Amino acid sequence: MRNNVNPLLQMQNIKKDFFGNQVLTDINFTLGEGEVLGLCGENGAGKSTLMKILFGMDVIRETGGYGGDILIDGQKVEFSTPFDALEAGIGMVHQEFSLIPGFSATENILLNREPCKKNIVSEVFGERLNTLDYKEMDRRSEAAIKKMGVAIDANMVISDMPVGHKQFTEIARELSKDQLKLLILDEPTAVLTEKEAEALLDSIRGMASRGISVIFITHRLHEILAVCDKVVVMRDGFVVRDVPATETSVEDITKWMVGRDVQSATVGEARDNSGAKTILSIQNLWVDMPGETVRDVSLDVREGEILGIGGLAGQGKLGIPNGVMGLYEAGGKVVFHGVEIPLNNPRKCLDASLAFVSEDRRDVGLLLDESLEWNVAFPAMQIQEKFLKKLFGGLIKWRDEKGIHQVTQKYIDELQIKCTSSKQKAKELSGGNQQKVCLAKAFALEPKFLFVSEPTRGIDVGAKALVLEALKQFNRGSGVTVVMISSELEELRQTCDRIAIVSGGRVAGILPAAASSEEFGLLMVSQVI
Amino acid sequence: MSKKTNLPAGKRALGLVRNNAVSIMFIVICAVFIPMAGFSPSYLLNEIVTRMGRNLFLVLCLLFPIMAGMGLNFAMTLGAMGAEIAVILVADWQIWGIPGMVLAMILSIPFSIFLGFICGTIQNMAKGREMITSYMINFFINGWYQMIVLYIMGSIIPIIHSSIMLPRGYGIRNTVSLLNMRQCLDDLLAIRVAGVKIPVVTFILVALFCLFIVWFRRTKLGQDMRAVGQDMEVAKAAGIDVDRTRIISVVMSTVFAGFGMVIYLQNIGNLPTYTGHAQIGMFCIAALLVGGASVERASIGNAFLGVILFHLMFIVAPGAGAFITGDSMVGEYFRVFLSYGVIAIALIMYEAKKRMVKSRTGRELAEAQTLSEKEAAQ
Repeated sequence: MRNNVNPLLQMQNIKKDFFGNQVLTDINFTLGEGEVLGLCGENGAGKSTLMKILFGMDVIRETGGYGGDILIDGQKVEFSTPFDALEAGIGMVHQEFSLIPGFSATENILLNREPCKKNIVSEVFGERLNTLDYKEMDRRSEAAIKKMGVAIDANMVISDMPVGHKQFTEIARELSKDQLKLLILDEPTAVLTEKEAEALLDSIRGMASRGISVIFITHRLHEILAVCDKVVVMRDGFVVRDVPATETSVEDITKWMVGRDVQSATVGEARDNSGAKTILSIQNLWVDMPGETVRDVSLDVREGEILGIGGLAGQGKLGIPNGVMGLYEAGGKVVFHGVEIPLNNPRKCLDASLAFVSEDRRDVGLLLDESLEWNVAFPAMQIQEKFLKKLFGGLIKWRDEKGIHQVTQKYIDELQIKCTSSKQKAKELSGGNQQKVCLAKAFALEPKFLFVSEPTRGIDVGAKALVLEALKQFNRGSGVTVVMISSELEELRQTCDRIAIVSGGRVAGILPAAASSEEFGLLMVSQVI
Repeated sequence: MSKKTNLPAGKRALGLVRNNAVSIMFIVICAVFIPMAGFSPSYLLNEIVTRMGRNLFLVLCLLFPIMAGMGLNFAMTLGAMGAEIAVILVADWQIWGIPGMVLAMILSIPFSIFLGFICGTIQNMAKGREMITSYMINFFINGWYQMIVLYIMGSIIPIIHSSIMLPRGYGIRNTVSLLNMRQCLDDLLAIRVAGVKIPVVTFILVALFCLFIVWFRRTKLGQDMRAVGQDMEVAKAAGIDVDRTRIISVVMSTVFAGFGMVIYLQNIGNLPTYTGHAQIGMFCIAALLVGGASVERASIGNAFLGVILFHLMFIVAPGAGAFITGDSMVGEYFRVFLSYGVIAIALIMYEAKKRMVKSRTGRELAEAQTLSEKEAAQ
C-alpha cells in the first residue's frame, strides 16, 4: 500500500527565529511508520516550537514562518493551519485540555465531526440543521476508546471526570479520526497517576503496532525508555542526540538535556552564607496560580544572599513569589524578620519592605502609557510617600518633580536604559529596557527583600548580562536579600549563591550554585506531576 | 448525580435552596400576597392563563443566546421593535385578524434578521461583555426606531389612514388601535373550562416552539451552539465557526422575539407606539430568572415556572399594596422594583458562584497538604 522507501515523517534543516532570536537551528530527524519517538529537552529547548511548526499553528506563520522542509511520506508539505495538518493525518494532544466541560466523552470525541441525519428542515435551511445521529456517535466513540485500549465511560460528562480520563478523552478524539497517521503527545502523563500513565504507555504500544507513529514529549524520562524506539534530545534549539532508546539511559539523557559543557559553565562567585540568620521563612505555602500551582513549599531565605529558584515550567516556581506577594490566592505561613506577614494582601507585603519584579512586565510591571519617571517613582510615591512635598502640614501633598527626575536619571545611567529622555513612554522601549525600568522601579522602593521573577525572559544576551549584573550589585551594594526565579539554570548558577529546585509544587532540593548540571537535572524531574 | 446523593440531607437541602433562591423567594412573596389581594381563584387562574399565552413565546426566545453562552439577551427588544413596525404597516393596510397577524410576522422577519445581525456582530466584538453590550444596543436602536416612527412614517413611507397618524401629517400617534386584531388568535378555537378561557391555538403555537427548541438542541447547529457556549476556544480549535454561530443564535432569538411580540400585541389589542417595547426585554428576563434560570443555564421549564410566578406577583402586587398601605401604587412600584431586583440578584449570584469555585481550589490545595502530611506521619 504505502511505499516503504520513504519514512512517514522527515524533518530537514528546520530553522526558526522569533524576530532575530534563533530558537531552532538545523533540526533533522526522521520517523518511520509505527515508530515511537521520545522528544526531550529542558524548557526553552525548542520542543514546543518544533511541534507548533509541524502542526501548522498560526503563531508560526504570524512570526515569519520557518526555514527547512517537512516531508510526509516523502512529499513536501506546508501547513498553513492546524486543520491542514489534521487533514494530512497529524493529530496533537495539547498540554492544556481542549474539551467542552459540559459535554460527555462521546460528544467531545466527535466534536464538530458528529455524524448527522438529514431532515426536511435541513433540506431547506442547510446542513447545519441536520439532526445528530446519536447511535452512530456512540458506535464511533466506542470504537475509538477500544482502539485506545483504556476504558473510559463514554457517557460521563467531562467536568465530572478525574483529570486522567480527560487526557484519555483527548487521545480517543485523535484516534477517532480515520486519517490519523502521526500522533503528537505533549506531556500527556503530566496529569496522570502512576497506574494511568502505565495504561497510557500500553496504549502507545498498541497504537504503534497498528502502524500509527507517535511523538512522545515528556519530562518523565523512564517512560521514554519504556516505550520509545528512539530518543531525540534537544537543547538550545539544536538536536544534540538522536539515538535508539535501547542504547541510552536516564542519566545519559539528563546529561544531554542540561549539560552544556560543564567546564565552560561560568559559575558566579557564589558565597557561603550558612552563618547568616533567616530573614524570610516560608512554611507550608500553597498557591492557586493557574498553571503554576504551588502545593507545599517550605523554604528559608538567609539574610544577604541571592537565592535562586529553578525548575521546569508549570511546576510551581512562579507561584511562590506571586503567592507570597498576594497576587494569587495562597495559604500557609510567611514570616519576615520574625513577623508573620498576612497572605493575600499585596499592600502588607510592600509595607513590610518586600518588593517584587513580576514576570508579567507588560500587565503587572509597567504603566505602559506613562513616562519612565512615573513608572520609576510611582510605587515609591504610593507606598512610602517618597517624592512628595507636604504643604500645609501634610494637608496637601505635592509631587516633587525634581526629585523624581533625579532618581529616574540616576537609574537610567546606572542600568544603561536606552531611551530618548526620562519623559519617554514605557511602551516605546524595547523588552530589555522595559525590564530594566521594572528593576529601577523596585530599586527605588529601597526594599529590604526583593523577589525577581524571570528577569531575563525575552531579552537579548547583552541586556541579560547587564540585568543580572545590576541585580548582583544591588544585592552586594545595598545588602538586599534577593530571590530570583528563572527557568534558565545557567543564569541562576551565574548569579545565585544557592539554588532551590521546585518540582511538582514542592521544593525538591536546595543545592549550592556550584553543584553539577546533572544534579540539578535529576532534582528537576524528581517529583514532576 | 450520584455524587449528590452521597451528601447528607441537610446539605442537599441547603444546596437546593441556594440554587433556587430567587424562585423560592417568589413563591413566598406570592403566598403572602395572594390572600392580601383577595382575588378569587378563578380570576387568578384566568389572568395567569392569559398572561402565559401573552408572554411565554417571548420568554422562550431568550433560550438561544443563553445556549450559545451569550447570557441574557436584553436585545430581544430589537425583535419587538421590528414587529411593531410591521404591525403598524399591517394596521395601516387594514389587513385584520389572522391574515394580518401572519403578514405582520412575515414582515417582521427582515427587520429582525437585519437588527439581530447588527447586534450579533457588535456582541462578537465585545466577547465576555455581551449583556451590557446588548443592553446599550437597545438604546441605540431605539433611536432609529423613533426616527422611523416619528419622522419617516407618513413622510417617506406612505401612511394611508390619518387615524393612526399624528395631526401634523407625519409620524405615528402614541397609541395605535389594533381593535380588529384583538385576541383573534386567542379566541380561535378557545375553550372555557370552569370559567377559565384557554387560548388553545396560542398554546399550540407555544408548544410547537418548545418542540422546536427541543429538536433544535439535537441538531448540528444546536450542538455547535452549546459547544461555543461552554468554551469558545475549544470550539474554535475544533473548527466550529464561533462568530457565525453566535450571530445565528442572536438572529434566531430576535426573529422569534418578533413573532412573540405580534402574539403579545394581538392579546393586548393596542400598540403603545413609543413605549410598547421598552420593558419587554426586562420583564421577560426577570420572568426567566424567577423560574430558576441563570446567566448560563436556562430550560423550557424555567420559562414556564418563571412566567407563572412572575406574573402571579404582577397580578397580586397592586391589590396587596392597597391592602397594606391603602394605595395600589405602592404595589405597582413594588413589582417594577422587584423585577429589576431579580435581575441584579441573578447577576450577582453568577459572579459569586465563579468566586466560590475559585476559593474551593484553594481549599483543596490546603487539604491535600494536610493529607500528605498525615500519610508521611504514618
